[in-house]
Amino acid sequence: MELALNQPTPLLKRLSWFDWLFAAVVATGSLFALSRFGDYMDIYEKAILLAAIPSLAVFGWFWKQVRPLFIVVGAISLFAISQYQGNLARMEEAFFLKYLISSQAAIMWMCALFGLATLTYWAGLLARSEFTMKTASAMTWSAVALGFVGLMVRWYESYLIGADVGHIPVSNLYEVFVLFCLITAMLYLYYEARYQTRQMGAFVLLVISAAVGFILWYSFDRGAHEIQPLVPALKSWWMKLHVPANFIGYGSFSLSAMLGVGYLLAARGILASRLPTLEVIDDMMYKAIAIGFAFFTIATILGAMWAAEAWGGYWSWDPKETWALIVWLNYAAWLHIRLVKGLRGPMLAWWAVVGLFVTVFAFIGVNMFLSGLHSYGTL
Amino acid sequence: MNPASPSFGKSLFELLSSMRFAISLLSILAVASIIGTVLKQAEPYSNYFIQLGPFWFQVFEKLGLYDVYHAAWFLLILTFLVASVSVCITRNAPNFAREMKSFREHVSEQSLNAFKHRHEAATAHPPEALAASAQRYLEGQGYKVKSLPREDGVLLAAKAGSWNRLGYFLAHSAIVLICIGGLMDGNLVFKVQQVLGTKKIETRDIPQSQVPAISRLSPSNPSFRGSVQIPEGSSADVAFLNVADGYLVQDLPFTVALKKFRIEHYTTGQPKSFESDIELFDRSGKKIREATIAVNHPLIHDGVAIYQASFADGGTRLTLRGWNLFAPTASAFPVEGVVHQSATLTSAAGDHTLEFIDFRPFNIENMGGEIEKSGDAMSVLGGSPISDKKHLRNVGPSFQFKLRDARGQAREFSNYMLPLELDGRWYLMSGVRESPNEAFRYLRMPLDAGGNIDSFMRLRGALLNAELRPEIAARFARQALPQNAWGTEIEDKLKFSATQVLALFAEGGFQSLGRFIEEKVPTAEGEKAAGTYLRILELAAFEALQIANRQDGLPAPKGDDATGWLVRDTLNSMSDMFVYGAPIYLQLTQYDEVKASGLQLTRSPGKMVVYFGSFLLTLGVFFMLFVRERRVWLCIKPGHALLAMSSAKHTIDFEKEFTQHAQALDTLTK
Repeated sequence: MELALNQPTPLLKRLSWFDWLFAAVVATGSLFALSRFGDYMDIYEKAILLAAIPSLAVFGWFWKQVRPLFIVVGAISLFAISQYQGNLARMEEAFFLKYLISSQAAIMWMCALFGLATLTYWAGLLARSEFTMKTASAMTWSAVALGFVGLMVRWYESYLIGADVGHIPVSNLYEVFVLFCLITAMLYLYYEARYQTRQMGAFVLLVISAAVGFILWYSFDRGAHEIQPLVPALKSWWMKLHVPANFIGYGSFSLSAMLGVGYLLAARGILASRLPTLEVIDDMMYKAIAIGFAFFTIATILGAMWAAEAWGGYWSWDPKETWALIVWLNYAAWLHIRLVKGLRGPMLAWWAVVGLFVTVFAFIGVNMFLSGLHSYGTL
Repeated sequence: MNPASPSFGKSLFELLSSMRFAISLLSILAVASIIGTVLKQAEPYSNYFIQLGPFWFQVFEKLGLYDVYHAAWFLLILTFLVASVSVCITRNAPNFAREMKSFREHVSEQSLNAFKHRHEAATAHPPEALAASAQRYLEGQGYKVKSLPREDGVLLAAKAGSWNRLGYFLAHSAIVLICIGGLMDGNLVFKVQQVLGTKKIETRDIPQSQVPAISRLSPSNPSFRGSVQIPEGSSADVAFLNVADGYLVQDLPFTVALKKFRIEHYTTGQPKSFESDIELFDRSGKKIREATIAVNHPLIHDGVAIYQASFADGGTRLTLRGWNLFAPTASAFPVEGVVHQSATLTSAAGDHTLEFIDFRPFNIENMGGEIEKSGDAMSVLGGSPISDKKHLRNVGPSFQFKLRDARGQAREFSNYMLPLELDGRWYLMSGVRESPNEAFRYLRMPLDAGGNIDSFMRLRGALLNAELRPEIAARFARQALPQNAWGTEIEDKLKFSATQVLALFAEGGFQSLGRFIEEKVPTAEGEKAAGTYLRILELAAFEALQIANRQDGLPAPKGDDATGWLVRDTLNSMSDMFVYGAPIYLQLTQYDEVKASGLQLTRSPGKMVVYFGSFLLTLGVFFMLFVRERRVWLCIKPGHALLAMSSAKHTIDFEKEFTQHAQALDTLTK
């Protein structure tokens, strides 16, 4: 009788050959990078690279779709890099680079695909067409893959400009906006699979499209897509940890706000028949805020530690730090009300929506309106 | 005492530990924090005064808004937060610890029956056998199980995710720890001393050695964050702490000497690194350490961290050529200057004070030029990410100074050492402005074929020289008229006009000429007259240059385009000279750069406490958010089993898990 119970087997026994292949690819790639470029890295950067092996492997085991994504992104990026032949001018000569996978081309394709995915999700939602929404998911996945390719190639291009110019592309507002789109989309795709519901894509992709709009304006109008060398304050291995952690936070908070919008509409009966039940939306919203809060906590702590090394104090009440604290306090209060008081419903949804404005202000508003130490992206 | 009304202490305890109070505190803290991001903190008080006016300046000062995060009321909010969290912990600690350990095995069957999540199944298995298999199942699901024999069967009490409660402890104690650590690094000790009157802020601008003991902090001060600027080749044994509208002097436990400060640049001109080679000496003068610090790479010695914070000029020595702009001669006089120092200039126009402010070895300027948009695929895709930095150029060194007249009025000047190419011609530039928030207006002095301003200066001197005017006018008239008109009345008239134009121009440039035309010439003919006068002026100026060259024993100027432009540019520049605001021009010929490095020195004993707190916070948040606490009871009697499940948080995951356990029970009881 016990065989029928599906006893949980230990993680390692549950892994398929593909899981192991994935881990092997990650490990080989990282170790190759370490042996080839280790001389240019300091001890912390080596540690980050080595720690990336188990982190990525476990991440892929935990969320299976990450494995093909990683392999596809890696393969296309390597192909793009090989096309360069160490010569930046090839960007405008080689066909694939020029039209598809030079960093800027890939990022523009990402923008286009996110825009299309938004429209397709809405079409699917309004037409109640599961197939259309599946197409939208596929577009979102493609956008994510191309976005990552764009960032990877941009990373390489920055080293082609000059060995001292090269850096991970999370150093200015343009690059982190791309990162924001990717992380928000990935978080959404995770919940889409987890809850087996694609309807919320119509809402979540709206916030990503807004970010895409910003990217387009920022690069066409301000030329922000140009790769700039790092200012001395940013030349630190902390950047590789602090920035992505922060954007998992920003991405999740934005996701939760869009779920909040969906919740409020559904609660008023608008689109209610097309959207998941309130209970499901509410649960997704809570999960997004929980993930966001956890990573935002880590990001803020990492930021404080970096500040202690760069600015001479772990907390200087700099506008960016202060607004990070405000965001943190906001969601801390949200979680207290939800977890301790057990409160649910429109109030928390409204709060999550308002939270987006607080987050956006901390993210861009501070750079636009307030000056301080943390002025790495100006408008 | 009336037992019905709770004591004050009890009510306070209730208030502090209430969720509503905690949420209110979080919100108040967030709103209060906004103030400090909107109003720039720790600016000089005079800025606030100008910005706010006398009334609001005082109100804001009373509220401590210029340093919100150290204001008494802000610290009070934080204290309340710490108190509230502490009370919550002490209140919940015993309960939670019990809960974590307890299996709640004393639950009765009746209460299990009242559970919302319960599932019953009939079974043919003997209770002990079913209990054993169910225990294996639950343990496989990650539960800790306690099997208790009951009179007529078995009770299984199981729990999972108890760490959730541990997370609560960790996260909340972490907040207390972080606040305590922050407090240790705050300026609380000084605040107390200030209230007691044993320490006082220094507001006078005096040498640090003269700052009295009441405004000095001893080297044993447990926590400080100060800064000091050290020129190359000098040292410092103090740091300055900015407090409110004054400062304190922090005596350091060692002496820091700056050997060298370096800036490296990328090829595009942006700064790449700032580094200082420093040496530390103990109080007796013995060298203890030598190191290079850079941004992101501080040196920590004896608990004091030394950071590369800024840089400035450390007293560069400047060798200058001074030109009297309004003298009818063209001879320069030597001037020596040191940045951050002053010199006195004596002249007929009264004494002037020269205050050298700064020296910049590089000036990266945007020389304009739109990036051409090409019509190919790259531009459709937003263009290449390779930045086109052709329009940025290093235009060489410059120095800044203020010229203060006898009445104390000052103008700020910025003079470039190297010439700049504008519209295809080369000029030496000198910027001037009345106040720091204005942009510089530039005086452009044309260079001659030899690349010097000497020709400009010579011509300028000649044009200002009244004694030369008859000769200039005479030569001009002869050049302008055909030979048969020489010696006629026309020549006299022309000479008179030329002398008059030259005199007017020497008085106030084109503006005087313009005023003259406005006053003396009918409006209808004004424009024509202006054209004529301008022509006369240019031709006369060319003659003036001839004379000036001859006087200085130089070859006569060529009658080419270059000379034409030199004359025209000189006239423009002279005209601007009258609004330049200084009787002299200082030309930088040589410099001996001395840089200064701005260091930040901190001692923060609370840092490790904060870091430890942060670590606990991270653990705590993860336990609280991602470990779900839940309990399962299985009450087995012969022929019958009752499953009940509870959790503090009824999420979708919980519902799913309950369904799974219920199905498992059905399978097991079959």
